[in-house]
Amino acid sequence: MPKDQGIGARSKRREDVRFLTGAGRYTDDINVPGQTYAAFVRSEVAHGKITKIDTSDAEKMPGVVKVFTAADFDGKGGVPCGWQIHDRQGNPMLEPKHPILAEGKVRYVGDAIACVVAETLEQARDAAEAVVVDIDELPAVMDMKAAVKGGALVHDELGSNLCYDWGFIEDNKAATDAAFETAHHVTTLELVNNRLIANPMEPRVALGHYNRAMDDYTLYTTSQNPHVIRLLMGAFVLSIPEHKLRVVAPDVGGGFGSKIFHYIEEAFVTHASRLINRPVKWTSTRSEAFLTDAHGRDHVTKIELALDKDGMFQALRTETYANMGAYLSTFAPSVPTYLHGTLMAGNYKTPHIYVNVKAVFTNTVPVDAYRGAGRPEATFQLERVIDKAAREMGIDPIELRRKNFVGADEFPYQTPVAVAYDTGNYQATMDVLEKIADLAGFEKRRADSAKKGLWRGLGVNCYIEACGIAPSNLVGQLGARAGLYESATVRVNATGGIVVMTGSHSHGQGHETAFPQVISEMIGIPESQVEIVHGDTANTPMGMGTYGSRSLAVGGSAMVKATNKIIAKAKKIAAHLLEASDGDIELKDGKFTVAGTDKSVDWGSVCLAAYVPHNYPLAELEPGLEETAFYDPSNFTYPSGAYACEVEVDPDTGKVTVCAFAAADDFGNVINPMIVEGQVHGGLAQGIGQALLEGAVYDENGQLLSGSYMDYAMPRADDVPFYTVDHSCCTPCTHNPLGVKGCGEAGAIGSPPAVVNAVIDALQRAGKTNVTHIDMPLSPSRVWAAIQG
Amino acid sequence: MTKVSMTVNGKAVSGEVEGRTLLATFLREGLGLTGTHVGCDTSQCGACVVHVNGQAIKSCTAFAADLDGAKVTTIEGMANPDGSLGTVQQAFQDHHGLQCGFCTPGMVMSAAALLAENPKPTEAEVRHHLEGNICRCTGYHNIVKAVLAASGQDVGQIAAE
Repeated sequence: MPKDQGIGARSKRREDVRFLTGAGRYTDDINVPGQTYAAFVRSEVAHGKITKIDTSDAEKMPGVVKVFTAADFDGKGGVPCGWQIHDRQGNPMLEPKHPILAEGKVRYVGDAIACVVAETLEQARDAAEAVVVDIDELPAVMDMKAAVKGGALVHDELGSNLCYDWGFIEDNKAATDAAFETAHHVTTLELVNNRLIANPMEPRVALGHYNRAMDDYTLYTTSQNPHVIRLLMGAFVLSIPEHKLRVVAPDVGGGFGSKIFHYIEEAFVTHASRLINRPVKWTSTRSEAFLTDAHGRDHVTKIELALDKDGMFQALRTETYANMGAYLSTFAPSVPTYLHGTLMAGNYKTPHIYVNVKAVFTNTVPVDAYRGAGRPEATFQLERVIDKAAREMGIDPIELRRKNFVGADEFPYQTPVAVAYDTGNYQATMDVLEKIADLAGFEKRRADSAKKGLWRGLGVNCYIEACGIAPSNLVGQLGARAGLYESATVRVNATGGIVVMTGSHSHGQGHETAFPQVISEMIGIPESQVEIVHGDTANTPMGMGTYGSRSLAVGGSAMVKATNKIIAKAKKIAAHLLEASDGDIELKDGKFTVAGTDKSVDWGSVCLAAYVPHNYPLAELEPGLEETAFYDPSNFTYPSGAYACEVEVDPDTGKVTVCAFAAADDFGNVINPMIVEGQVHGGLAQGIGQALLEGAVYDENGQLLSGSYMDYAMPRADDVPFYTVDHSCCTPCTHNPLGVKGCGEAGAIGSPPAVVNAVIDALQRAGKTNVTHIDMPLSPSRVWAAIQG
Repeated sequence: MTKVSMTVNGKAVSGEVEGRTLLATFLREGLGLTGTHVGCDTSQCGACVVHVNGQAIKSCTAFAADLDGAKVTTIEGMANPDGSLGTVQQAFQDHHGLQCGFCTPGMVMSAAALLAENPKPTEAEVRHHLEGNICRCTGYHNIVKAVLAASGQDVGQIAAE
């Protein structure tokens, strides 16, 4: 019988009740007495010099409290970047200031120039339209390769549009180049990893509240990591010490990376609230979100794979242009470098790898992490070039992968790109995939499609990712300007109930349900006795938040560590009550027993004794039962998997239909399989969306053409099939206490190459052998054009 | 300003609205019914779906002033009288048909309207009907499953992953 409690149970989500009844509390649902409303005046051109801002008409309009411009932020810092990359010569990256409101120049369509704060939202919006801004337009820097050769500069003071030219690992370069010289076969592929917009369904909101009587600030914001926002905004932008600044991220309606970053609007409402001594609220419209939320991906890559005559990988070499946009968003520089280059070994034993990345400033929205962040880009190019190589060499693509896999007995495996995988079993994951995807039945299904006049194709690929971000000392050496530990306080109440205050943040991942499952397993009490508190810097320990599939692997580990401290202390109390030695006390099913006897005391009695310490070893032990732990991981975790996609291509229209998608993942141990499967489903839809539908498109003047849901094709219910997912292949992580690896990003990382491989396969099988690649999104027009040759 | 009176979730309510005030704004700001969400400004995402006189509509596309006398049901009115989850709501929880919860009110309202019209929809009909509701979290798998389950159909096969 399946478990109904604890680790491995499919516990239903407790947070669902409030979300299903309209009782969720998202940032826009919060209103504070005296609140005012902000409406930004944003640049309508991609690049230009501001020659005049006239706010006089706007100031006279009804309800206007104040119109802000850059002058109101004189002396305040810019929004900082949290990661510094050093280039091939060891020089630090170019790092421009990102002001709260534009100073002298606008650098992308949507760049904030001024902001009206008024009594009502409508009044603020009306007045924002009355602000007159004169801009001398400059040429928009849009093409990355052209931008590094000269011409207009996004930031004049930097002298170049090249943020950095990064080599990884520079010492590998000579050996890698030499391996190409002698290779039997070289497969080359040039590709684009299309620019995406994360589009969590809840638009960003920020509500700043300065309390003059207390001289302190509260910021309510749609964030994946309230402590990170407090640190960045307090220390680097507004000079507010942590004890005077509370950041609350209540229910957050999805993030996918886009709500990691510290945005100018957060700093704006916080400081503006002080200047007018009223709370200030800003709610993004969706149109504004398209223009201001950090975008994702946007890499242009050339990848080369060298193979010997048997198809064994000899070397891999890549050159990537990575778009940074107009300013450096919080973690932008790390995405194409340490979250991308380190993954280029994939699941394979490639002895020599060299990765070159040129990060480029353009007149577009800043680009930063989006679900997977660097790892989807690595996986896509690697798995596409392997598929192309298989075709060129006449080797079955699954066979070619299997030949080159890191063997199950070769872990820990040190890659040539710095990281060392702790566990995995790639042959076994592929075995699972072949079964769940019924690959043996493909030919019959292909024949059935052919009867309907449709071309069926099969695409398979693998992925590896580095999650559980990250060992602080390592990322510190790599340029991170923060530690990446996580924290938890476990507070046991006098009657035995537990509150866990975690630095992780849930914005859809179900921590309120899954985290109690762990505690329930450890202590042997019902899950309902455990409550999770998160998202408020005032009542959680300093934590780094949720991204990079880190919550359970890092935040969960901190919780386990704190719970172990609780159990150790509780055993001492139990030993006292039972007149035994604490080394003899065993905890099982919520009961402390003296080993080998029937003497026991239950959990509740021990908790009560801790807070009513009448019969208690006060000389040796403090009363109370509350512990905090910080956990800093010793390595990344390495989830892996094998994915298969089957598509039908309509040769008359080029329309691609995903008929089936199967995902075999190795996430290590799983706490709640229902939640894990849901995470994979969501990732798959985003990956299928990237492959077939989504793309942020700018014209040559820097106007975003895909600026609404009318133009940016989000996956809808009838664009995707039911998925087949399996996580039965389990090689537990060796270096965290739960043996977990993380599952949040896998689907989005692993699925785009499977879809594209499937479409290319369909075309090849139909005789279109000259079609070896189509850039994403594989829209009907692109596929149709490829079919026409 | 215009005075508007409606019955919302069985309760008579009234308020002063501007001509441009959307039903979604009136529900959220005027009545404090914040379960209805606004996820876009082009009537595409469906997070704001409510029932007006029995029909599912996007409340960001209707002016409150035009709906004097209307009967409106929002997500806050979908639970059973004893507070327990209604059939569609319960199916969403049972089948993990929601993650961040932001699109959920619109999804539930949209699904309930489908089932009222078509009590035993096929998978394709469910997917087609939900085209106007965008979810970024679930990949739709468990939403479709939940709606089929709410209609009393066996989803055991789909569950067998």
